[in-house]
Amino acid sequence: MSTSLTAAERVAIARNPQRPNISDYIDGLFTDFFECRGDRLCGEDAAILGGVALFHGQSVTVIGTRKGKTLEENLKCNFGMPNPEGYRKALRLMRQAEKFRRPVITLIDTSGAYPGLEAEARGQGEAIARNLMEMSRLTVPVIAIITGEGNSGGALALGVANRVLMMENSIYAILSPEGFASILWKDASRSAEACDMMKLTAPDLMRLGVIDDIIPEPEGGAHTAPVQAIRQVDRCLQRHLAALAKENGPALAAARYQKFRKMGAAAPQKEEL
Amino acid sequence: MNSIFAKRRARLLAMKAIRDNYIPGDKLITCPKCGQESERKTVAEGLSVCPKCGYHFPIGGYYRLSTILDPGSFRELNEKYPAADPLSFPGYRAKLTAAQRKTGLTEAAVTATGTIGGHKCVVGVLDSRFFMGSMSAAVGEKITLAIEYAAKNKLPLILFSASGGARMQEGILSLMQMAKTSAALARFSDKGLLYISVLTDPTTGGVTASFASLGDIILAEPGALIGFAGPRVIQQTIGETLPEGFQRAEYQEEHGFVDAVVPRSQMRETLSQLLLLHEKGGRA
Repeated sequence: MSTSLTAAERVAIARNPQRPNISDYIDGLFTDFFECRGDRLCGEDAAILGGVALFHGQSVTVIGTRKGKTLEENLKCNFGMPNPEGYRKALRLMRQAEKFRRPVITLIDTSGAYPGLEAEARGQGEAIARNLMEMSRLTVPVIAIITGEGNSGGALALGVANRVLMMENSIYAILSPEGFASILWKDASRSAEACDMMKLTAPDLMRLGVIDDIIPEPEGGAHTAPVQAIRQVDRCLQRHLAALAKENGPALAAARYQKFRKMGAAAPQKEEL
Repeated sequence: MNSIFAKRRARLLAMKAIRDNYIPGDKLITCPKCGQESERKTVAEGLSVCPKCGYHFPIGGYYRLSTILDPGSFRELNEKYPAADPLSFPGYRAKLTAAQRKTGLTEAAVTATGTIGGHKCVVGVLDSRFFMGSMSAAVGEKITLAIEYAAKNKLPLILFSASGGARMQEGILSLMQMAKTSAALARFSDKGLLYISVLTDPTTGGVTASFASLGDIILAEPGALIGFAGPRVIQQTIGETLPEGFQRAEYQEEHGFVDAVVPRSQMRETLSQLLLLHEKGGRA
């Protein structure tokens, strides 16, 4: 692993448009993928891709944000920024996974939920909140992999998992470093400074206990040797899935609950009254 | 004996409430919505609502509680739960101390048990004077502890939200509070208990995208700004002027995200009615 990179350098790698995207991961990790479209309420959102596939012979539900590599692709999938329909489709597929007792694997690479007028009118906040609540209850294994950018509630809406894994050069944060700098200092150009303070790299988040494992990338980043990078994801995913397969449904939900329950709690207090 | 303690609690809440109900200005207060001046006394007596146009001024946590809880029923939960600086963010501790001095609060959430119209419940309030009611780890923890307390004691839960969203200085740990509070509400809900979410001005960002949107019943104060993305960000994204009333409580009601817009003067009565409706029967 290359440990010498600065946070800002990792942000640049995480955003490299040539980095493997969800389609590359689906091709490289799974077989027999069948895409399921639509939220069954009002629409289909191409910014989230989901479906059923086989992972080493086992049925799994795969859901992730979709970024394109070209402008044309990006226009089709709204640059990977989901609308509420995308989150509601994701929830539908997670419930389906629970019905058929198959693990859920999410792939996260998004600059955030789309901040648009229509997205607000259709309840962006409600859609994300509902996913957080329902994901916490799922009685099948859930593994989230942050492959590029994982920004804000728009990323977390696919991230309430038993295992949260990060690619070595991916980032996971409350919002983009530019947004952070502009809110805090009214100056988006100070984003490099923000990168350091935000603790958004995989090693930082491992130390904070927010994630569970780091998937090593080839020297220079996953885009320099995608096949090798995806092979590393495959190995890591197999290992974590095998460990989770030993647990029963209620135990999986309980363990997931405890994992998030501990986040940011001070020393335990005596209950009052 | 009991009544002495009840009186003492009532006095304590009344004192804290007075401090929380302060709107800047001398004898006359100018309404930011209609621009008209009103006597401070008139505004204060009218629950901090502009007597000319009905604008709801932001109010502090303890004052909010004093307007809805039965006198003497207030008991604070986890009052001393400490603020924290989990990322050792430069300058944050000093800002926290300044906010604590200014407001008399330890963090942006106040949680309590009490009764409304005789119905026992747990109530949490976000206070917009403290870091814009933003979601810190301590806020997330206090809200979660309140949810767990209500679940354990089989009490209905009411949360008043007012939040600018995430607490920037706590970064990813602020984000994680969204998952934590939502997961706690899932467990609470599985016990068949009632959660009423009340959205006040403004409810945005991570609070909208977690516990504020998950009520069995969702109420909102008139004119409250409610949304995930803030209007400025949306305007920059789409490059158009936003329509009048966009993301306001009435807009959210029209779009199906709020059960009822309830003026402050009717909030206590409405909550009491809802608690009553969920007390009778319901155990099939």
